[in-house]
Amino acid sequence: MKLYIPMDSAAKALGADDVAEAVRREAEARDLDVTIIRTGTRGMIWLEPLVEIDRGNGREAFGPVTSKDVPALLDGTLDGHGPVENIPFFARQTRLTFARCGVIDPLDLADYEKHGGLVGLRRAIDLSSAEIVAEVTDSGLRGRGGAGFPTGIKWKTVMEAEAPQKYIVCNADEGDSGTFADRMIMEGDPFTLIEGMVIAGLGVGATKGYVYLRSEYPDAIAVMNEAIRIARDKGALGEDILGSKRSFDMEVRVGAGAYVCGEETSLLNSLEGKRGVVRAKPPLPALEGFLGRPTVVNNVISLATIPVIFERGAQHYADFGMGRSRGTVTLQIAGNVARGGLFETAFGITLGEVVNDLGGGTRSGQPVKAVQVGGPLGAYIPVANFDAPLGYEELDARGGLLGHAGLTVFDDSVDMLKMARFAMEFCAVESCGKCTPCRIGSVRGVETIDRIARGDADAIPLLTDLCETMTDGSLCALGGFTPFPVMSALNHFPDDFATQKEAAE
Amino acid sequence: MPQTTSIPTDAEIDAILAEHKHREGPLLPMLHALQAEFGYIPTAAIARISHLLNMTKAEVHGVVSFYHDFRERPAGHHVVKICRAEACQAVGGDALAEETLAKLGLDWHATTPNGALTVEPVYCLGMCACGPAAMVDDKVVGRLDAARMARILTEAGA
Repeated sequence: MKLYIPMDSAAKALGADDVAEAVRREAEARDLDVTIIRTGTRGMIWLEPLVEIDRGNGREAFGPVTSKDVPALLDGTLDGHGPVENIPFFARQTRLTFARCGVIDPLDLADYEKHGGLVGLRRAIDLSSAEIVAEVTDSGLRGRGGAGFPTGIKWKTVMEAEAPQKYIVCNADEGDSGTFADRMIMEGDPFTLIEGMVIAGLGVGATKGYVYLRSEYPDAIAVMNEAIRIARDKGALGEDILGSKRSFDMEVRVGAGAYVCGEETSLLNSLEGKRGVVRAKPPLPALEGFLGRPTVVNNVISLATIPVIFERGAQHYADFGMGRSRGTVTLQIAGNVARGGLFETAFGITLGEVVNDLGGGTRSGQPVKAVQVGGPLGAYIPVANFDAPLGYEELDARGGLLGHAGLTVFDDSVDMLKMARFAMEFCAVESCGKCTPCRIGSVRGVETIDRIARGDADAIPLLTDLCETMTDGSLCALGGFTPFPVMSALNHFPDDFATQKEAAE
Repeated sequence: MPQTTSIPTDAEIDAILAEHKHREGPLLPMLHALQAEFGYIPTAAIARISHLLNMTKAEVHGVVSFYHDFRERPAGHHVVKICRAEACQAVGGDALAEETLAKLGLDWHATTPNGALTVEPVYCLGMCACGPAAMVDDKVVGRLDAARMARILTEAGA
């Protein structure tokens, strides 16, 4: 019998290693022939550790499993969920980027190939650079890191630039609270990111790649490093890739705890060994990026989606989605939510469906008050706007920001003034210091919100004015978007900004 | 967490730097390697790096001090990083952090008097669907509550 137990760090944080150890001991005591395969997570974090057993007629899921459940699990008396594919949260998904995550052993290249891996790369090898770039453009893929810039256009700029050396840089500095898709794919299906980067290299003429991976993700760092080593050993990376006479090599670079390094120009400075301060644009990184060379900087999910686009064709991918948001979005349902996890689906699902139907409301059982969409720089959206469809332009029209598609749910105990203050405080802690609106504005923002908290109503127009200055005058999204959470909190939840005043009166 | 009682020599520092000198953008890998070995970035390393990479000492110090990860003195034997980000706040992470600091009588970044434990804030561990979360050395713990945190502190010898 085969047991599939996740080695994803969220599953481990909830006891997956203990369960694996208990299975090993129990199987040994019973003299059972058990193979334990460590996988990524299926993304249903509320069911983790989620164990799947295959007794010869398909995988059946159980979870959350504790060490104490292991004897019953092996006896076959533990209540389960049946096949994972039948769990409603999973059944409703369209898994393209995450098709293999949680299914395969992340470090088994043969298993990766058995599940469609390297098909895309083999196809790309037979295409010209221009054809590769056109395929990405036709797929409609837009940067999944938050900005939503068309990936094909970025690649075309780098392809057309002439330089002795070009680079592919993967932005794996996933610092936004409420997001974990990058971590999940790197821990659960690292070869798909590697394959995507190789295809990018072939497309734009780059031979060297870097994954800038945040230090807060030690498990992802270990898995990526091992996957790169294996891919190189087996000829899928390095010299003469899959016998094509083409080369591309890559390595992981570990960040050092600076949130602003998720901004692409700051990331490039950090990669060069400098302080992670933002660069003015232009020049675009596509023309003058890492070490002044033309550089593709793409998010993990953008690059990890490339293989499936080449495997199934651009049109297949573009057929999903709505408007100018094509393909699938990897929603991350987080915070105070009953069923949290990763949900990959075509663009266009509404916020209400995600939070109430899929997420099952709050974990605490209290009513939902707000959902922050798009990380610490995203707006707080009130329940009244839950009919908003999740697409880049669609959310923008409602004063929101899809960003990296993280959704953080809050129940009615949340104090929105406190969250607005936190947004300013976070900006002050993480500001790179280069531009004044962000560096000074965030500090003044904390002070101004404290004045409002003390009942000073005159400080409210001051805060609005300050936010306008930060939006218009900041060099990057850190100072420029911090007003999103602050102003959305103020506009949608004015009562939270008035209580102190009323009490004082 | 590696600990050294003696001050690292230039030769020890140079040996580590030499392993990374050939890389493109070698400074961050060097600093990570130094901290992995000594537990902090020794003051002497600033001059060695400055010499090796043809940077001013001020520039090197600027890089070291820019990043939250790099320490200029050793931490406690164990480091507990408690997530302060929004998703963990939504499930009581801020209250848990405050209780923990109050219980230890510490502020953020401080170390217990016996040197056992340093407490630091962290902004997101990617455990946003199973918070509140913390990282104990390199191990992540999810769905923390006061009892679990108390066990972590006891095990760390705080």
